[in-house]
Amino acid sequence: MATTMLKALNKSLHDALDQDEKVILLGEDIGTLGGVFRVTDGLKSKFGEHRVVDTPLAESGIVGSAIGLAYRGYRPVVEIQFDGFTYPAFDQLVSQLAKLHYRSRGRVKMPVTVRIPYGGGIGSPEHHSESPEAYFAHTAGLRVFAPSSVEDAYSMLRQAIACDDPVIFFEPKRRYHEKTTAELLPPAPDASPKAKIVRPGEDVTVVGYGPTTYTLVDAAKAAEDEGTSLEVIDLRTLDPLDIDTVAESVKRTGKLVVVHEASRTSGIGAEICAEITERCFDYLEHAPLRVTGFDIPYPPSRLESHHLPDLDRVMHAVDTVMRHHEATEGAAK
Amino acid sequence: MSTQHIDVAAGCLPTHQLLNVDGKRIPDEELDHYLKDLKEADLADFLRDMVVLRRMDNEATALQRQGQLGLWAPLLGQEAAQIGSVRATNDDDFIFPSYREHGVAWARGVKAEDLLSVWRGAQASGWDPNEVNIACQQIVIGSQALHAAGYGMGIKFDGGKQVSVAYFGDGATSQGDVNEAMVFAASYQAPVLFFCQNNQWAISEPVALQSRTQIADRAHGFGLKTWRVDGNDILAVYAATKAALNHARHGLGPAFIEAVTYRMGSHTTADDPTRYRKSEQLEEWKAKDPIDRLVKYLHEMGADVQSYEQRAQNAADDLAAKLREAITSMEDPKAEELFTNVYAEKHEPTERAAKNYLDYLADFEGGE
Ligand SMILES: Cc1ncc(C[n+]2csc(CCOP(=O)(O)OP(=O)(O)O)c2C)c(N)n1
Ligand SMILES: [Mg+2]
Repeated sequence: MATTMLKALNKSLHDALDQDEKVILLGEDIGTLGGVFRVTDGLKSKFGEHRVVDTPLAESGIVGSAIGLAYRGYRPVVEIQFDGFTYPAFDQLVSQLAKLHYRSRGRVKMPVTVRIPYGGGIGSPEHHSESPEAYFAHTAGLRVFAPSSVEDAYSMLRQAIACDDPVIFFEPKRRYHEKTTAELLPPAPDASPKAKIVRPGEDVTVVGYGPTTYTLVDAAKAAEDEGTSLEVIDLRTLDPLDIDTVAESVKRTGKLVVVHEASRTSGIGAEICAEITERCFDYLEHAPLRVTGFDIPYPPSRLESHHLPDLDRVMHAVDTVMRHHEATEGAAK
Repeated sequence: MSTQHIDVAAGCLPTHQLLNVDGKRIPDEELDHYLKDLKEADLADFLRDMVVLRRMDNEATALQRQGQLGLWAPLLGQEAAQIGSVRATNDDDFIFPSYREHGVAWARGVKAEDLLSVWRGAQASGWDPNEVNIACQQIVIGSQALHAAGYGMGIKFDGGKQVSVAYFGDGATSQGDVNEAMVFAASYQAPVLFFCQNNQWAISEPVALQSRTQIADRAHGFGLKTWRVDGNDILAVYAATKAALNHARHGLGPAFIEAVTYRMGSHTTADDPTRYRKSEQLEEWKAKDPIDRLVKYLHEMGADVQSYEQRAQNAADDLAAKLREAITSMEDPKAEELFTNVYAEKHEPTERAAKNYLDYLADFEGGE
């Protein structure tokens, strides 16, 4: 039976609530309404208002009280309504949640999951289309998950909730209606998510996560028609960053393009390019390239198609690394 | 007055109502004074403002349904709270609104199409805050309250005669920023008016989830001079706002108004209120409609209501037609806009990024 990412996330929360009575959901409008995207639809009526909690309108309050609940032995799963409303909770996330295990010398665990629907492309007003993942990947003590597929949405959310560290869980909201017919399987015990080669290829390694993974698969299909073979890697987690998988691929292809919606400077792409340059310097045939959102505030929606990396911009980068490659190959002959 | 529907503890502060639901004038010892300069013509203007505003709001909802706007946050039902309060301000009182205060901006002279252009996604803001003394509409709940506090501190420190006004909703009162703003304004006795439209809902959450006492009583606890008014009674809103501004303007410190009203429409065009509230509640509030109430009062006064209504209707028709034309013919912004105004001063990386992208677009369009 076909299911959507929304339903997969709903089932993941449902199964977590069902299997562990310490799991508790907190957020604005998540109870009676079922969340503005309906991710928590039906959960309050099934599990009750003390498991699925509509909170007052205060993000710092939500994350801060989740920390208190974790002290008390709960396993809170927090919903931030939209990416742009994460910032009022910034202190609680980076100075408290991230550091409590360290500060308590390992005596206090913070198994808190913070779900954030993120990214653009849905024609929204300001603050509803942000990609703030780099702030959290930059913060030691937080794990950052960013699934792209429906199956991963289900299993990685289970993993996030089961994890004894805090996990910032980014949901690619513009892909909420993506479908799959595959069965949703709980993750194997003790397995933690790693980067995945979603489409093998030989000429260029293209790396993305979340919403851009779909763009990369489209790019790989388009490139194939032009005789170029792209290896598409879905990072899945941004912390820890699975550089091994990317490096192994780049050693074969010699070329790397990293793609994300978030802005460019000091972003995830910069980190990957630096790591790969350090590890694969002798294998590289072209400087690693980034295709990203611009270094600007997220623009009004009638400009967002420029801002979001699309097929053309990805192909342009692929052409750039390939052209250089072809030119040097030609010269060698 | 029947505010018993509110599922919160009865408060210490009374709720001022100068016009009951039947449009009968109720004397108010404290506030009547602030109505003494209002003439029948002013009331007719209030009526026109509210009728035009409701029409603008309906037109915007329709434009959103037709794909002309990305989203719209209707103010249906809150016309008296917005018009009554903004009409009590001086033009140089600086206002910090939320995303729902369309009436406040429009009454200050912002064109409806400029307001809607932002909701269309065609530009980041529709007016110059320094020209109309209104900040950009704020979407992040409660942030603007602190801006109002700071502006008020500035007035206090430089000896100005203005008042700074923050508008926000009942839900916003839970945010740290709103509470911190009251602390700052009170600490410096700054001329700030906090104007809370308690429309009973924050999306799907009833006000009782935010506050177990009347919101006004909380403000009182911060040391703010506070009034609680029937927000669908334009006379009560106008008089209380005059009183509060007067208090703040005369160096007596910050003030707070809780205007008890109702969001008759959806939260935004993306919302479905049938999932969380009963239709009886809406019916109950329809009987308290702010426009009907003023009309009834004008009848009571023996005014030529028909001609006032006709005039208001004509103004509404005119605005709606022009608005529709302006929005449906509005051009999309150019790609250059992406990179303009990120910084006030020269910033080379942004310039480089702009050049790279515009060159890329030109090549692309050139068929490369
Ligand atoms: C910081 C922040 N969190 C969440 C939201 C999403 N949101 C938009 S409006 C709203 C409810 C606001 O309720 P209230 O303050 O009563 O104002 P109203 O919408 O009723 O005018 C919420 C939760 C937001 N815009 N900003
Ligand atoms: Mg409200």
